[in-house]
Amino acid sequence: MNFTLKVWRQKNRNIKGKLETYGAEEISSDISFLEMLDQVNENLAARGIEPIAFDHDCREGICGSCSLTLNGIPHGPERGTTVCQLHMRHFKDGETITIEPWRAKPFPVVKDLVVDRNAFDRIIQAGGYISVSTGGAPDGNAIPIAKEKADRAMDAAQCIGCGACAAACPNASAMLFVASKVSHLALLPQGAIERERRARNMVKQMDAEGFGNCTNHFECEAACPKEISVAFIAKLNREYVRAYVK
Amino acid sequence: MLQSEFITSSIGKKIVIAVTGLFLFGFVIGHLAGNLLIFAGPDALNSYARKLRDLAPLVWSARFVLLASVVFHIWTSILLTIENRAARPIGYEVRKTIQTSIAARTMMLSGLVILAFIIYHLLHFTFRVTHPEISHLTDSLGRHDVYSMVVLSFQKVYISAVYGIAMTLLCLHLAHGASSWLQTLGWNNERTQPLFVRISAAVSLLILIGYVSIPISVLCGVVK
Ligand code: HEM
Ligand code: FES
Repeated sequence: MNFTLKVWRQKNRNIKGKLETYGAEEISSDISFLEMLDQVNENLAARGIEPIAFDHDCREGICGSCSLTLNGIPHGPERGTTVCQLHMRHFKDGETITIEPWRAKPFPVVKDLVVDRNAFDRIIQAGGYISVSTGGAPDGNAIPIAKEKADRAMDAAQCIGCGACAAACPNASAMLFVASKVSHLALLPQGAIERERRARNMVKQMDAEGFGNCTNHFECEAACPKEISVAFIAKLNREYVRAYVK
Repeated sequence: MLQSEFITSSIGKKIVIAVTGLFLFGFVIGHLAGNLLIFAGPDALNSYARKLRDLAPLVWSARFVLLASVVFHIWTSILLTIENRAARPIGYEVRKTIQTSIAARTMMLSGLVILAFIIYHLLHFTFRVTHPEISHLTDSLGRHDVYSMVVLSFQKVYISAVYGIAMTLLCLHLAHGASSWLQTLGWNNERTQPLFVRISAAVSLLILIGYVSIPISVLCGVVK
Protein backbone atom coordinates (compact mmCIF):
# COMPACT_ATOMS: atom_id res chain seq x y z
CA MET A 1 0.00 0.00 0.00
CA ASN A 2 1.05 3.62 -0.56
CA PHE A 3 0.18 6.66 1.50
CA THR A 4 0.84 10.37 1.57
CA LEU A 5 1.67 11.53 5.09
CA LYS A 6 1.34 15.09 6.30
CA VAL A 7 3.34 15.13 9.49
CA TRP A 8 3.70 17.83 12.14
CA ARG A 9 7.38 18.69 12.39
CA GLN A 10 8.63 20.89 15.19
CA LYS A 11 12.27 21.15 16.31
CA ASN A 12 11.59 21.94 19.97
CA ARG A 13 9.19 23.60 22.40
CA ASN A 14 10.04 27.10 21.27
CA ILE A 15 10.25 26.93 17.50
CA LYS A 16 6.98 26.99 15.58
CA GLY A 17 6.19 23.79 13.75
CA LYS A 18 4.46 23.01 10.46
CA LEU A 19 3.12 20.11 8.44
CA GLU A 20 5.58 18.40 6.07
CA THR A 21 4.56 15.96 3.36
CA TYR A 22 6.25 12.58 2.98
CA GLY A 23 5.47 9.50 0.92
CA ALA A 24 5.05 6.08 2.55
CA GLU A 25 5.56 3.47 -0.16
CA GLU A 26 5.22 -0.31 -0.29
CA ILE A 27 3.61 -0.57 3.11
CA SER A 28 2.26 -3.97 4.15
CA SER A 29 -1.39 -3.88 5.17
CA ASP A 30 -0.55 -6.08 8.16
CA ILE A 31 1.84 -3.76 9.95
CA SER A 32 0.83 -1.30 12.62
CA PHE A 33 0.76 2.44 12.21
CA LEU A 34 3.92 2.82 14.27
CA GLU A 35 5.73 0.16 12.23
CA MET A 36 4.75 2.12 9.14
CA LEU A 37 6.33 5.21 10.71
CA ASP A 38 9.47 3.17 11.51
CA GLN A 39 9.71 2.28 7.84
CA VAL A 40 9.22 5.91 6.78
CA ASN A 41 11.88 6.97 9.29
CA GLU A 42 14.41 4.51 7.87
CA ASN A 43 13.85 6.05 4.46
CA LEU A 44 14.15 9.57 5.82
CA ALA A 45 17.39 8.69 7.64
CA ALA A 46 18.81 7.15 4.47
CA ARG A 47 18.05 10.41 2.66
CA GLY A 48 19.73 12.44 5.40
CA ILE A 49 16.46 13.84 6.77
CA GLU A 50 15.92 13.79 10.52
CA PRO A 51 13.50 10.97 11.42
CA ILE A 52 10.05 11.84 12.78
CA ALA A 53 9.97 11.80 16.60
CA PHE A 54 6.97 10.05 18.14
CA ASP A 55 6.23 8.46 21.52
CA HIS A 56 5.86 4.70 21.97
CA ASP A 57 6.83 1.98 24.37
CA CYS A 58 4.87 -1.25 24.74
CA ARG A 59 3.30 -1.29 21.29
CA GLU A 60 0.64 -3.58 22.66
CA GLY A 61 -1.94 -1.04 23.76
CA ILE A 62 -1.27 -1.02 27.49
CA CYS A 63 1.30 1.63 28.33
CA GLY A 64 -0.43 4.72 26.98
CA SER A 65 2.72 6.20 25.41
CA CYS A 66 1.64 6.36 21.78
CA SER A 67 -0.16 9.59 21.11
CA LEU A 68 -0.89 10.46 17.50
CA THR A 69 -3.86 12.31 16.12
CA LEU A 70 -4.71 10.89 12.70
CA ASN A 71 -6.91 12.99 10.43
CA GLY A 72 -8.20 14.87 13.47
CA ILE A 73 -8.95 11.82 15.62
CA PRO A 74 -6.70 10.81 18.53
CA HIS A 75 -5.49 7.21 18.02
CA GLY A 76 -7.08 7.21 14.56
CA PRO A 77 -10.30 5.90 13.09
CA GLU A 78 -10.71 2.54 14.86
CA ARG A 79 -12.77 2.63 18.06
CA GLY A 80 -11.18 1.21 21.18
CA THR A 81 -7.72 0.94 19.62
CA THR A 82 -4.44 2.65 20.47
CA VAL A 83 -2.50 3.88 17.48
CA CYS A 84 0.19 1.24 18.15
CA GLN A 85 -2.47 -1.44 17.67
CA LEU A 86 -3.97 0.18 14.59
CA HIS A 87 -3.17 -1.70 11.41
CA MET A 88 -2.66 -0.16 8.01
CA ARG A 89 -5.45 -2.27 6.52
CA HIS A 90 -7.89 0.16 8.12
CA PHE A 91 -6.76 2.83 5.65
CA LYS A 92 -7.44 3.06 1.95
CA ASP A 93 -4.57 2.58 -0.47
CA GLY A 94 -3.41 6.00 -1.67
CA GLU A 95 -4.99 7.81 1.26
CA THR A 96 -3.54 11.04 2.66
CA ILE A 97 -3.10 10.82 6.43
CA THR A 98 -2.45 13.93 8.50
CA ILE A 99 -0.53 13.16 11.69
CA GLU A 100 -0.58 15.72 14.49
CA PRO A 101 0.41 15.66 18.16
CA TRP A 102 -2.12 15.87 21.02
CA ARG A 103 -3.34 19.45 21.19
CA ALA A 104 -3.95 20.97 24.61
CA LYS A 105 -2.23 23.79 26.47
CA PRO A 106 -1.10 21.47 29.31
CA PHE A 107 0.45 19.10 26.70
CA PRO A 108 3.17 21.24 25.09
CA VAL A 109 4.95 19.76 22.08
CA VAL A 110 8.48 18.66 22.96
CA LYS A 111 9.43 17.65 19.44
CA ASP A 112 7.46 16.71 16.30
CA LEU A 113 4.71 14.42 17.55
CA VAL A 114 5.97 14.04 21.12
CA VAL A 115 4.13 16.00 23.81
CA ASP A 116 4.94 16.52 27.46
CA ARG A 117 2.28 14.75 29.52
CA ASN A 118 3.66 15.47 32.97
CA ALA A 119 0.43 17.35 33.69
CA PHE A 120 -1.26 13.95 34.06
CA ASP A 121 1.46 12.77 36.45
CA ARG A 122 0.96 15.86 38.57
CA ILE A 123 -2.78 15.16 38.70
CA ILE A 124 -2.03 11.63 39.91
CA GLN A 125 0.39 13.01 42.48
CA ALA A 126 -2.41 15.23 43.78
CA GLY A 127 -4.42 12.21 44.92
CA GLY A 128 -4.55 9.35 42.43
CA TYR A 129 -3.25 6.83 44.92
CA ILE A 130 -4.14 5.23 48.23
CA SER A 131 -2.08 5.88 51.35
CA VAL A 132 -1.03 2.60 52.97
CA SER A 133 1.53 1.70 55.56
CA THR A 134 4.46 -0.22 54.19
CA GLY A 135 5.02 -3.79 55.27
CA GLY A 136 4.22 -7.25 54.04
CA ALA A 137 1.66 -7.59 51.29
CA PRO A 138 -1.79 -8.30 52.75
CA ASP A 139 -3.52 -11.58 51.96
CA GLY A 140 -5.34 -11.62 48.67
CA ASN A 141 -9.12 -11.44 49.20
CA ALA A 142 -8.63 -10.41 52.84
CA ILE A 143 -11.11 -7.62 52.16
CA PRO A 144 -14.21 -9.00 50.47
CA ILE A 145 -15.42 -6.86 47.57
CA ALA A 146 -18.69 -7.51 45.75
CA LYS A 147 -18.14 -8.77 42.22
CA GLU A 148 -20.21 -5.96 40.70
CA LYS A 149 -18.19 -3.31 42.51
CA ALA A 150 -14.91 -4.91 41.56
CA ASP A 151 -16.00 -5.12 37.92
CA ARG A 152 -17.06 -1.49 37.90
CA ALA A 153 -13.79 -0.40 39.48
CA MET A 154 -11.90 -2.40 36.86
CA ASP A 155 -13.87 -0.75 34.05
CA ALA A 156 -12.55 2.59 35.29
CA ALA A 157 -9.10 1.19 36.00
CA GLN A 158 -8.65 0.36 32.33
CA CYS A 159 -7.48 3.94 31.78
CA ILE A 160 -3.89 3.89 30.52
CA GLY A 161 -3.46 7.66 30.95
CA CYS A 162 -2.65 8.27 27.30
CA GLY A 163 -4.36 11.66 27.15
CA ALA A 164 -6.54 10.96 24.11
CA CYS A 165 -9.59 12.19 26.07
CA ALA A 166 -8.13 15.66 26.50
CA ALA A 167 -6.77 15.61 22.95
CA ALA A 168 -10.21 14.75 21.54
CA CYS A 169 -12.28 17.10 23.72
CA PRO A 170 -13.31 20.31 21.92
CA ASN A 171 -12.51 22.06 25.22
CA ALA A 172 -9.31 20.09 25.92
CA SER A 173 -10.85 18.84 29.15
CA ALA A 174 -9.20 16.00 31.06
CA MET A 175 -12.39 14.97 32.86
CA LEU A 176 -12.50 11.38 31.57
CA PHE A 177 -8.97 10.73 32.82
CA VAL A 178 -9.64 12.24 36.25
CA ALA A 179 -13.06 10.56 36.40
CA SER A 180 -11.51 7.15 35.72
CA LYS A 181 -8.93 7.52 38.47
CA VAL A 182 -11.34 8.99 41.02
CA SER A 183 -14.03 6.39 40.29
CA HIS A 184 -11.70 3.43 40.23
CA LEU A 185 -10.33 4.22 43.68
CA ALA A 186 -13.58 5.45 45.25
CA LEU A 187 -15.31 2.19 44.36
CA LEU A 188 -12.88 0.02 46.32
CA PRO A 189 -12.78 -0.08 50.13
CA GLN A 190 -9.04 0.64 50.19
CA GLY A 191 -9.54 3.81 48.17
CA ALA A 192 -12.87 4.91 49.59
CA ILE A 193 -11.29 6.25 52.78
CA GLU A 194 -9.67 9.17 50.97
CA ARG A 195 -12.34 9.68 48.32
CA GLU A 196 -13.36 13.21 49.30
CA ARG A 197 -9.85 14.56 49.58
CA ARG A 198 -8.88 12.80 46.37
CA ALA A 199 -11.77 14.22 44.34
CA ARG A 200 -11.09 17.75 45.60
CA ASN A 201 -7.34 17.68 45.04
CA MET A 202 -7.31 15.94 41.67
CA VAL A 203 -9.90 18.34 40.25
CA LYS A 204 -7.99 21.29 41.69
CA GLN A 205 -4.80 20.10 40.00
CA MET A 206 -6.63 19.40 36.73
CA ASP A 207 -7.91 22.99 36.72
CA ALA A 208 -4.52 24.40 37.70
CA GLU A 209 -2.87 22.62 34.77
CA GLY A 210 -5.10 24.58 32.40
CA PHE A 211 -7.33 21.83 31.02
CA GLY A 212 -10.74 23.04 29.80
CA ASN A 213 -14.17 22.43 31.32
CA CYS A 214 -16.35 19.50 30.30
CA THR A 215 -19.44 20.51 28.34
CA ASN A 216 -20.68 17.00 27.70
CA HIS A 217 -19.67 16.53 24.07
CA PHE A 218 -18.57 12.97 24.91
CA GLU A 219 -15.79 13.05 22.30
CA CYS A 220 -13.47 11.65 25.00
CA GLU A 221 -15.45 8.42 25.28
CA ALA A 222 -15.42 8.00 21.50
CA ALA A 223 -11.66 8.52 21.28
CA CYS A 224 -10.70 6.52 24.39
CA PRO A 225 -8.73 3.42 23.34
CA LYS A 226 -10.18 1.64 26.36
CA GLU A 227 -13.72 2.85 25.65
CA ILE A 228 -14.20 4.19 29.15
CA SER A 229 -17.73 5.46 29.58
CA VAL A 230 -18.67 9.07 30.30
CA ALA A 231 -20.87 7.62 33.04
CA PHE A 232 -17.67 7.88 35.11
CA ILE A 233 -17.68 11.65 34.50
CA ALA A 234 -21.18 11.74 35.99
CA LYS A 235 -19.73 9.78 38.90
CA LEU A 236 -16.87 12.26 39.27
CA ASN A 237 -19.41 15.11 39.37
CA ARG A 238 -21.22 13.27 42.17
CA GLU A 239 -17.99 12.54 44.03
CA TYR A 240 -16.99 16.17 43.76
CA VAL A 241 -20.27 17.49 45.17
CA ARG A 242 -20.10 14.88 47.92
CA ALA A 243 -16.60 16.05 48.83
CA TYR A 244 -17.95 19.51 49.64
CA VAL A 245 -21.26 18.70 51.27
CA LYS A 246 -19.81 16.06 53.53
CA MET B 1 -13.37 29.54 51.55
CA LEU B 2 -14.27 25.96 50.70
CA GLN B 3 -17.42 27.21 48.99
CA SER B 4 -15.51 29.60 46.76
CA GLU B 5 -13.11 26.78 45.86
CA PHE B 6 -16.12 24.72 44.80
CA ILE B 7 -17.85 27.42 42.80
CA THR B 8 -14.73 28.52 40.91
CA SER B 9 -13.69 24.96 40.01
CA SER B 10 -14.45 23.52 36.59
CA ILE B 11 -17.11 21.20 38.00
CA GLY B 12 -18.55 23.91 40.25
CA LYS B 13 -19.02 26.22 37.28
CA LYS B 14 -20.76 23.50 35.33
CA ILE B 15 -23.09 22.92 38.25
CA VAL B 16 -23.97 26.61 38.39
CA ILE B 17 -24.83 26.48 34.68
CA ALA B 18 -26.86 23.31 35.15
CA VAL B 19 -28.89 24.53 38.13
CA THR B 20 -29.60 27.97 36.64
CA GLY B 21 -30.34 26.32 33.27
CA LEU B 22 -32.77 24.04 35.03
CA PHE B 23 -34.68 27.00 36.52
CA LEU B 24 -34.83 28.60 33.08
CA PHE B 25 -35.94 25.29 31.57
CA GLY B 26 -38.75 25.11 34.15
CA PHE B 27 -39.79 28.63 33.25
CA VAL B 28 -39.80 27.82 29.53
CA ILE B 29 -42.26 24.98 30.18
CA GLY B 30 -44.47 26.94 32.60
CA HIS B 31 -44.54 29.95 30.31
CA LEU B 32 -45.55 27.76 27.37
CA ALA B 33 -48.44 26.27 29.35
CA GLY B 34 -49.69 29.79 30.15
CA ASN B 35 -49.29 30.99 26.56
CA LEU B 36 -51.24 28.08 25.13
CA LEU B 37 -54.31 29.50 26.91
CA ILE B 38 -54.57 31.70 23.84
CA PHE B 39 -56.29 28.75 22.15
CA ALA B 40 -58.96 28.89 24.86
CA GLY B 41 -59.91 32.39 23.73
CA PRO B 42 -59.49 36.02 24.84
CA ASP B 43 -61.23 35.62 28.18
CA ALA B 44 -59.05 32.72 29.32
CA LEU B 45 -55.79 34.47 28.41
CA ASN B 46 -56.74 37.88 29.76
CA SER B 47 -58.03 36.54 33.05
CA TYR B 48 -54.88 34.43 33.41
CA ALA B 49 -52.81 37.59 32.88
CA ARG B 50 -54.93 39.40 35.47
CA LYS B 51 -54.50 36.54 37.97
CA LEU B 52 -50.73 36.69 37.52
CA ARG B 53 -50.86 40.41 38.31
CA ASP B 54 -52.90 39.72 41.43
CA LEU B 55 -50.28 37.23 42.56
CA ALA B 56 -47.67 39.98 42.43
CA PRO B 57 -45.46 38.90 45.38
CA LEU B 58 -45.21 35.38 44.02
CA VAL B 59 -44.59 36.57 40.49
CA TRP B 60 -41.94 38.97 41.66
CA SER B 61 -40.09 36.27 43.59
CA ALA B 62 -40.17 34.06 40.52
CA ARG B 63 -38.91 36.94 38.40
CA PHE B 64 -36.10 37.57 40.84
CA VAL B 65 -34.99 33.92 40.70
CA LEU B 66 -35.19 33.94 36.91
CA LEU B 67 -33.23 37.16 36.58
CA ALA B 68 -30.53 35.85 38.90
CA SER B 69 -30.52 32.60 36.92
CA VAL B 70 -30.09 34.42 33.62
CA VAL B 71 -27.24 36.52 35.02
CA PHE B 72 -25.35 33.61 36.58
CA HIS B 73 -26.07 31.25 33.68
CA ILE B 74 -24.62 33.69 31.17
CA TRP B 75 -21.77 34.96 33.29
CA THR B 76 -20.59 31.45 34.11
CA SER B 77 -21.01 30.29 30.49
CA ILE B 78 -18.83 33.13 29.30
CA LEU B 79 -16.11 32.31 31.85
CA LEU B 80 -16.32 28.67 30.84
CA THR B 81 -16.04 29.45 27.14
CA ILE B 82 -13.04 31.74 27.63
CA GLU B 83 -11.22 29.05 29.63
CA ASN B 84 -12.10 26.39 27.10
CA ARG B 85 -10.71 28.44 24.23
CA ALA B 86 -7.52 29.07 26.21
CA ALA B 87 -7.09 25.35 26.88
CA ARG B 88 -6.23 24.74 23.22
CA PRO B 89 -4.15 27.66 21.96
CA ILE B 90 -2.91 25.69 18.93
CA GLY B 91 -5.70 23.81 17.21
CA TYR B 92 -5.66 20.84 14.86
CA GLU B 93 -5.05 21.40 11.15
CA VAL B 94 -7.59 18.68 10.44
CA ARG B 95 -10.65 19.20 12.63
CA LYS B 96 -13.01 16.35 13.11
CA THR B 97 -15.53 15.31 15.73
CA ILE B 98 -16.81 11.81 16.33
CA GLN B 99 -20.04 11.84 18.27
CA THR B 100 -20.87 15.32 19.54
CA SER B 101 -23.90 17.18 18.16
CA ILE B 102 -24.41 20.48 16.38
CA ALA B 103 -26.52 21.57 19.36
CA ALA B 104 -23.65 20.94 21.78
CA ARG B 105 -21.16 22.79 19.62
CA THR B 106 -23.32 25.88 19.21
CA MET B 107 -24.44 26.43 22.83
CA MET B 108 -22.81 29.86 23.05
CA LEU B 109 -24.30 30.98 19.72
CA SER B 110 -27.81 29.74 20.49
CA GLY B 111 -27.49 31.19 23.99
CA LEU B 112 -26.57 34.66 22.77
CA VAL B 113 -29.41 34.69 20.25
CA ILE B 114 -31.79 33.68 23.06
CA LEU B 115 -30.40 36.52 25.19
CA ALA B 116 -31.03 39.05 22.42
CA PHE B 117 -34.50 37.61 22.02
CA ILE B 118 -35.24 37.79 25.76
CA ILE B 119 -34.42 41.52 25.71
CA TYR B 120 -36.60 42.15 22.66
CA HIS B 121 -39.41 40.01 24.04
CA LEU B 122 -39.48 41.90 27.35
CA LEU B 123 -39.53 45.24 25.52
CA HIS B 124 -42.29 43.92 23.31
CA PHE B 125 -44.77 42.28 25.68
CA THR B 126 -43.66 43.14 29.23
CA PHE B 127 -42.53 46.76 29.05
CA ARG B 128 -44.61 47.30 25.89
CA VAL B 129 -42.34 49.86 24.31
CA THR B 130 -41.73 48.43 20.83
CA HIS B 131 -45.34 48.45 19.58
CA PRO B 132 -47.24 50.84 21.87
CA GLU B 133 -50.14 51.22 19.40
CA ILE B 134 -51.26 47.61 19.91
CA SER B 135 -49.99 46.80 23.37
CA HIS B 136 -52.00 49.09 25.59
CA LEU B 137 -55.53 48.00 24.67
CA THR B 138 -58.10 46.97 27.27
CA ASP B 139 -60.89 44.41 26.90
CA SER B 140 -64.60 44.93 27.71
CA LEU B 141 -63.98 44.04 31.36
CA GLY B 142 -61.36 46.74 31.63
CA ARG B 143 -58.47 44.24 31.81
CA HIS B 144 -55.28 44.61 29.82
CA ASP B 145 -56.12 42.96 26.48
CA VAL B 146 -53.19 40.57 26.22
CA TYR B 147 -55.01 38.49 23.63
CA SER B 148 -55.35 41.33 21.13
CA MET B 149 -51.81 42.45 21.78
CA VAL B 150 -50.49 39.00 20.87
CA VAL B 151 -52.76 38.49 17.86
CA LEU B 152 -52.16 41.93 16.37
CA SER B 153 -48.40 41.50 16.88
CA PHE B 154 -48.15 38.11 15.24
CA GLN B 155 -50.22 39.28 12.28
CA LYS B 156 -47.08 41.18 11.33
CA VAL B 157 -45.01 38.57 9.51
CA TYR B 158 -41.64 39.95 10.60
CA ILE B 159 -42.57 39.73 14.27
CA SER B 160 -43.72 36.14 13.84
CA ALA B 161 -40.48 35.39 11.99
CA VAL B 162 -38.36 36.80 14.83
CA TYR B 163 -40.23 34.64 17.32
CA GLY B 164 -39.95 31.58 15.07
CA ILE B 165 -36.19 31.94 14.67
CA ALA B 166 -35.65 32.56 18.38
CA MET B 167 -37.71 29.52 19.34
CA THR B 168 -35.80 27.34 16.88
CA LEU B 169 -32.54 28.34 18.56
CA LEU B 170 -34.07 27.79 21.99
CA CYS B 171 -35.01 24.31 20.80
CA LEU B 172 -31.42 23.74 19.67
CA HIS B 173 -30.06 24.99 23.02
CA LEU B 174 -32.37 22.67 24.91
CA ALA B 175 -31.69 19.73 22.63
CA HIS B 176 -28.29 19.64 24.35
CA GLY B 177 -29.15 21.38 27.62
CA ALA B 178 -32.19 19.29 28.56
CA SER B 179 -30.06 16.15 28.93
CA SER B 180 -26.71 17.77 29.66
CA TRP B 181 -27.74 18.98 33.12
CA LEU B 182 -28.45 15.41 34.23
CA GLN B 183 -24.88 14.42 33.38
CA THR B 184 -23.49 17.55 35.04
CA LEU B 185 -25.36 16.89 38.27
CA GLY B 186 -24.18 13.29 38.12
CA TRP B 187 -27.59 11.69 37.59
CA ASN B 188 -26.58 9.63 34.62
CA ASN B 189 -25.14 6.25 33.72
CA GLU B 190 -24.66 4.03 30.65
CA ARG B 191 -28.29 2.89 30.69
CA THR B 192 -29.92 6.28 31.18
CA GLN B 193 -27.65 8.19 28.78
CA PRO B 194 -29.21 7.17 25.42
CA LEU B 195 -32.66 7.49 26.98
CA PHE B 196 -32.00 11.03 28.26
CA VAL B 197 -30.68 12.10 24.86
CA ARG B 198 -33.86 10.94 23.14
CA ILE B 199 -36.20 12.42 25.74
CA SER B 200 -34.31 15.71 25.62
CA ALA B 201 -34.60 15.88 21.82
CA ALA B 202 -38.31 15.09 22.00
CA VAL B 203 -39.02 17.59 24.78
CA SER B 204 -37.19 20.41 23.01
CA LEU B 205 -39.04 19.64 19.79
CA LEU B 206 -42.37 19.71 21.64
CA ILE B 207 -41.41 23.05 23.18
CA LEU B 208 -40.62 24.41 19.70
CA ILE B 209 -43.93 23.14 18.29
CA GLY B 210 -45.84 24.53 21.26
CA TYR B 211 -44.37 28.02 21.02
CA VAL B 212 -44.46 28.43 17.24
CA SER B 213 -48.01 27.08 17.06
CA ILE B 214 -49.12 30.51 18.34
CA PRO B 215 -47.68 32.80 15.62
CA ILE B 216 -48.48 30.16 12.98
CA SER B 217 -52.12 29.96 14.09
CA VAL B 218 -52.35 33.74 14.04
CA LEU B 219 -50.80 33.96 10.58
CA CYS B 220 -53.17 31.26 9.25
CA GLY B 221 -56.10 33.08 10.79
CA VAL B 222 -57.00 30.20 13.10
CA VAL B 223 -56.55 32.54 16.05
CA LYS B 224 -57.82 36.07 15.45
C1 HEM C 1 -34.42 30.44 28.26
C2 HEM C 1 -33.16 30.49 28.29
C3 HEM C 1 -32.20 29.36 28.57
C4 HEM C 1 -32.41 28.07 28.98
C5 HEM C 1 -33.72 27.39 29.27
C6 HEM C 1 -31.10 27.43 29.08
C7 HEM C 1 -30.90 26.11 29.49
C8 HEM C 1 -29.68 25.49 29.59
C9 HEM C 1 -29.45 24.19 30.13
C10 HEM C 1 -30.51 23.26 30.71
C11 HEM C 1 -28.10 23.94 30.03
C12 HEM C 1 -27.38 22.66 30.42
C13 HEM C 1 -26.51 22.79 31.60
C14 HEM C 1 -25.53 21.64 31.67
O1 HEM C 1 -24.84 21.36 30.70
O2 HEM C 1 -25.44 21.01 32.69
C15 HEM C 1 -27.50 25.09 29.43
C16 HEM C 1 -26.14 25.21 29.16
C17 HEM C 1 -25.57 26.33 28.61
N1 HEM C 1 -26.18 27.53 28.30
FE1 HEM C 1 -28.14 27.93 28.52
N2 HEM C 1 -30.13 28.31 28.72
C18 HEM C 1 -30.75 29.50 28.41
C19 HEM C 1 -30.15 30.69 28.01
C20 HEM C 1 -28.80 30.82 27.75
C21 HEM C 1 -28.17 32.05 27.35
C22 HEM C 1 -28.88 33.37 27.17
C23 HEM C 1 -26.83 31.73 27.16
C24 HEM C 1 -25.65 32.57 26.72
C25 HEM C 1 -25.53 33.79 26.55
C26 HEM C 1 -26.64 30.35 27.45
C27 HEM C 1 -25.43 29.68 27.35
C28 HEM C 1 -25.23 28.38 27.75
C29 HEM C 1 -23.96 27.71 27.69
C30 HEM C 1 -22.65 28.25 27.12
C31 HEM C 1 -24.16 26.43 28.26
C32 HEM C 1 -23.11 25.37 28.51
C33 HEM C 1 -22.94 24.55 27.31
C34 HEM C 1 -22.67 23.13 27.62
O3 HEM C 1 -22.72 22.70 28.75
O4 HEM C 1 -22.43 22.44 26.65
N3 HEM C 1 -27.86 29.81 27.82
N4 HEM C 1 -28.46 26.05 29.17
S1 FES D 1 2.81 2.14 22.68
FE1 FES D 1 2.01 1.43 24.58
S2 FES D 1 -0.10 1.82 24.29
FE2 FES D 1 0.67 2.29 22.34
